[in-house]
Amino acid sequence: MVFESLSEKLQNALSKLRGKGKLSEKDVDMAMREVRLALLEADVNFKVVKDFVKNVKERAIGSEVMESLTPGQQVIKIVNEELTKLMGEKEAKINFSPSPPTVILMCGLQGAGKTTTSGKLAFNLKKQNKRPLLVACDIYRPAAIKQLEVVGEKVDVPVFTMGNKVNPVDIAKAALEHGKKHGNDVIIIDTAGRLHIDEELMEEIENIHSAVNPQEVLLVLDAMTGQDAVNVAEAFNERLGITGVILTKLDGDARGGAALSLRAVTQKPIKFVGMGEKLDQLEPFHPDRMASRILGMGDVLSLIEKAQANIDAKKALELEKKIRTQQFTFDDFLDQLEQMKSLGPLDQILGMLPGINSKALKGLDVSEKDIIKIQAIIQSMTKKERENPDIIDSSRRKRIARGSGTTVQDVNKLLKQFKETKKMMKKFTDMEKTLKKRGKFGFPFF
Amino acid sequence: MFKWFKKKDKKKDEIFDKEELIEEKDEAETQEVEDDEIDENINVESTVNELEEGKEEVEDKAPKKISLFEKLMGGLTKTRKDISSKIDNILKSYKKVDEELFDDLEEVLVTADVGVNTTMTLIDNLRERVKEEKVSEPKEVKELLKDEIKKLMTEENMDYKLNIEPSPAIILVVGVNGVGKTTTIGKLAYRLKREGKKVLIAAGDTFRAAAIEQLEEWGNRAGVDVISHSEGADPAAVIFDGIQAAKARKVDVLICDTAGRLHNKSNLMNELNKIFRITEREFNEATKEVLLVLDATTGQNAMNQAKVFNEVANITGIALTKLDGTAKGGVIIALQSELKIPVKLVGVGEGIEDLQPFIVEDFVKAIID
Ligand SMILES: Nc1nc2c(ncn2[C@@H]2O[C@H](COP(=O)(O)OP(=O)(O)OP(=O)(O)O)[C@@H](O)[C@H]2O)c(=O)[nH]1
Ligand SMILES: [Mg+2]
Repeated sequence: MVFESLSEKLQNALSKLRGKGKLSEKDVDMAMREVRLALLEADVNFKVVKDFVKNVKERAIGSEVMESLTPGQQVIKIVNEELTKLMGEKEAKINFSPSPPTVILMCGLQGAGKTTTSGKLAFNLKKQNKRPLLVACDIYRPAAIKQLEVVGEKVDVPVFTMGNKVNPVDIAKAALEHGKKHGNDVIIIDTAGRLHIDEELMEEIENIHSAVNPQEVLLVLDAMTGQDAVNVAEAFNERLGITGVILTKLDGDARGGAALSLRAVTQKPIKFVGMGEKLDQLEPFHPDRMASRILGMGDVLSLIEKAQANIDAKKALELEKKIRTQQFTFDDFLDQLEQMKSLGPLDQILGMLPGINSKALKGLDVSEKDIIKIQAIIQSMTKKERENPDIIDSSRRKRIARGSGTTVQDVNKLLKQFKETKKMMKKFTDMEKTLKKRGKFGFPFF
Repeated sequence: MFKWFKKKDKKKDEIFDKEELIEEKDEAETQEVEDDEIDENINVESTVNELEEGKEEVEDKAPKKISLFEKLMGGLTKTRKDISSKIDNILKSYKKVDEELFDDLEEVLVTADVGVNTTMTLIDNLRERVKEEKVSEPKEVKELLKDEIKKLMTEENMDYKLNIEPSPAIILVVGVNGVGKTTTIGKLAYRLKREGKKVLIAAGDTFRAAAIEQLEEWGNRAGVDVISHSEGADPAAVIFDGIQAAKARKVDVLICDTAGRLHNKSNLMNELNKIFRITEREFNEATKEVLLVLDATTGQNAMNQAKVFNEVANITGIALTKLDGTAKGGVIIALQSELKIPVKLVGVGEGIEDLQPFIVEDFVKAIID
C-alpha cells in the first residue's frame, strides 16, 4: 500500500539535511507528490486534492525549515496545519431555535446511518435536559419505522409515527404540531435514505424542509465514502442548505478523506462523529485528529513533534544555563521570538508550555503586532547592545527608536520588560530546581 | 427519445416497488394518530386509496417483466452518461496521444474510485501498449484502456455464477453496516424463487433494531419463509436452526443474513467466524457461497473490508450495491484483480428486481464508454 511506505519514501526522497534555510520549490514538489498520493488514497476527491496541493504549495515555498526537521518533514508539518485549518472548528453543538421547538432534519444516502444517528442525537440532547421527539418519515424502507421506534425506546425518547401510508411531508407537519402540544423542544426528523440524483425523493425532502422550516439540516455521511462524496454533499447542500454534517462509522479504519471533500464543497461544520453502534457513541468532531487521520502520516507527524520537543529541550537547556548565569541576551530573546512565530498563534503556544501556568498568562497580552515591533527594536540594536543592554543610554535609545520606526517609549518599555523577564526567569529556574524538575523545560518566556 | 422512455419506465417501476410496501399491520399504527389529523388531509387519503389499488394489482398479477438487460442498462445509464461524456470530451480535445492525455485519463479513473495504485498500473500498461502498437489516434486509446481494465480484472476460469449448484446450497451474506445486505437477500430470494428454487432465509442479524422485521418484510415480498429468533438472540443459533429447517424442508438454497459489522472489530469478526464455522460443520454437504456485500459509494476502504472478511469467512463472491447512484465502484478493479474474488451480483435500486448478474464487459463499459 502506498502510505505504508510513505514516510520512509519521504525520508529517502528528500534531503536528509536538516534545517537548511528556506524550503525550495524542489523540496516542496517532492514532498507534495507524496501528500497528493496520501490524500487520494484516503479518498479525498481528486479535484479537492488538486486545489489543496496547489494552495499549500504556494504557502510552503520559501518558508523557513525548522532546525532538526528535514525539508520534507517541514512540508508535512505545513500540510498538516493547513489540513487542520480546513477541517474547521470544533463545533459540536446544535443551534437551538429562539422560539422552540427546534427542528432538526436528517438527510443522506441509503445506509449512511441516519436512523441510528437520530437516536444518538436524541440521547445526546436528552442529557442536555432537552425534551426531544423523534419523527419517523422513512415510509419506504421495510421496518424503518420499527427501527426508529426501537431506538427511541432504548434512549427513552418518544417517537412520532403515522405508519407508512402517509406522505412524509404530512407526517413532518403533524409531528411539529404534536411536539408543540406535548412540550417537545427539539424535533428530530429521520428521513428515508435517498440518492442525490433521485429527483422525486429530493423533491420530497425539499417539501419536508419548507413545511417544517428546520433550524438544523444535518447531512449524515458514511466516513468510508469515496470520490462521490463531493457530488452527494453538493447536491444535498444545494437543495436543502445543510447546516452541518455528521460523519458516521468513524470507528472503522477508513481514512475518511470524504470529510475533507465535503468541507471543501460545502464549508459546513462537521458537528459530530459516529463512533460505534451503541446509542451513546456520538462524539464531538476533532479537526486535528481528522486531519492527521486523512493525511495518514502518523509516524512522520510524531517524528515532527518529537523533533520539535527536542529542539525546544535543547534550546531550553542552553537558555537555562544562560539565565542562571545571567547571560541571557537580546539575541536569545530574538531567537525565542522567531521560534515562537514559526510555531503558530502565540497565546496557544504559550498556553502549551509546561513552565508557564495559565494564570500568569492572563495579564499577558501579546499580539503578533507587538512581536513584530519587538523584533524591529532588537534588530536595530548593535551586537554589543544586544549582549549588554546596560550600555543602552538615552542617545542610544533615540537611535534605536528611529531605526526601528518606534518611539523611545517603546524602546524603554522593552528594556524594562527584558530586565523583568530576566529576573522572572531566574526565579522560574530556581523554583523548578527546587521542585526537582521533570527534565522538561519549555520556553521560559516573558 | 428511447432513453426518456426507459427513464420513465424506471420511475414507474420504483413506484411499483413502493406500492408493495403496504402492509396490513401498519393500519394499527395509523390509527394511533388522531382521526381529524388525517381527515383534514384529503390528499393523504386519496394517496392511500391509490396505493391500495396498486397493491391489489400486485397480488393479482405476477410482477411486470422487464428484461434483466433493460434493467441493467437503465440502472447504469446515469453512470454511463456521466463518465462517457467526460472521456469522450477528453479524447476529442486531443489531437495526438501525449502525456497530458494520460494525465486526464488518470483523473477519470481516480475519480471513479479506481485508486491511485491501480490507476497508475493501468496507465503505465496503457502507455506501453500505445507505444508498442504505435497508436496515434486518441480515440483508439479508449478501447485500449477498456481492454487493459478487463485484462487486469479477469482471471482465467473466474466464475461469476453463484455457487448454488448442486442443491442444497447455503449463501452466507456478510458486510459492514448499511451496505445493503438485507435488501440484496430480499432481491436474491425473489430471483432464485422465480427460477424455480425452493428458498429459505435465516435472520442472522439479531443485533440491529428491527433488522428481523425488515428481513421478514422482504421474505413476504419474495414469498419466502424466514427463520428467526428474537432480537438479542445468539446469531449462531439462528443459523443453526436455519440449517436444520433447510434440511428438514429440503430447500434448495438457504440464505443467511448477518448483522453489519466493521471489519476492524475483532470481537464481531470472531462472532462471524463462529457463524461461518457452523455453516461448515452443520451443513457440510451444502454447496457454499459466502457473499460479501460492498457499497459502490465506498472508496478505497472496500479493499480492507474484502481482505479482512476474506480472512474470517472465505469470501467466494461479491455483491456490489447502489450502482444506481453516481458512484462508479472502481475499487472493484483492484479488488478482483488482487484478491481474485469475482463480483457476482450488482444492485441497481431498491426494488425487488433491481439485482443483476455482474458482467465485466458491462462494468468496464459503464466506466469508460
Ligand atoms: N439506491 C440503492 N439503495 C440500496 C441498494 N441496495 C440497498 N439499498 C438501500 O440501502 C439501505 C441499507 O440497506 P440494508 O439492506 O438495510 O443494508 P444492510 O447491509 O442489511 O444494513 P445493516 O443490516 O444495517 O448493516 C436501504 O435503504 C436499502 O434500501 C441499491 O442497490 N441501490
Ligand atoms: Mg441488514
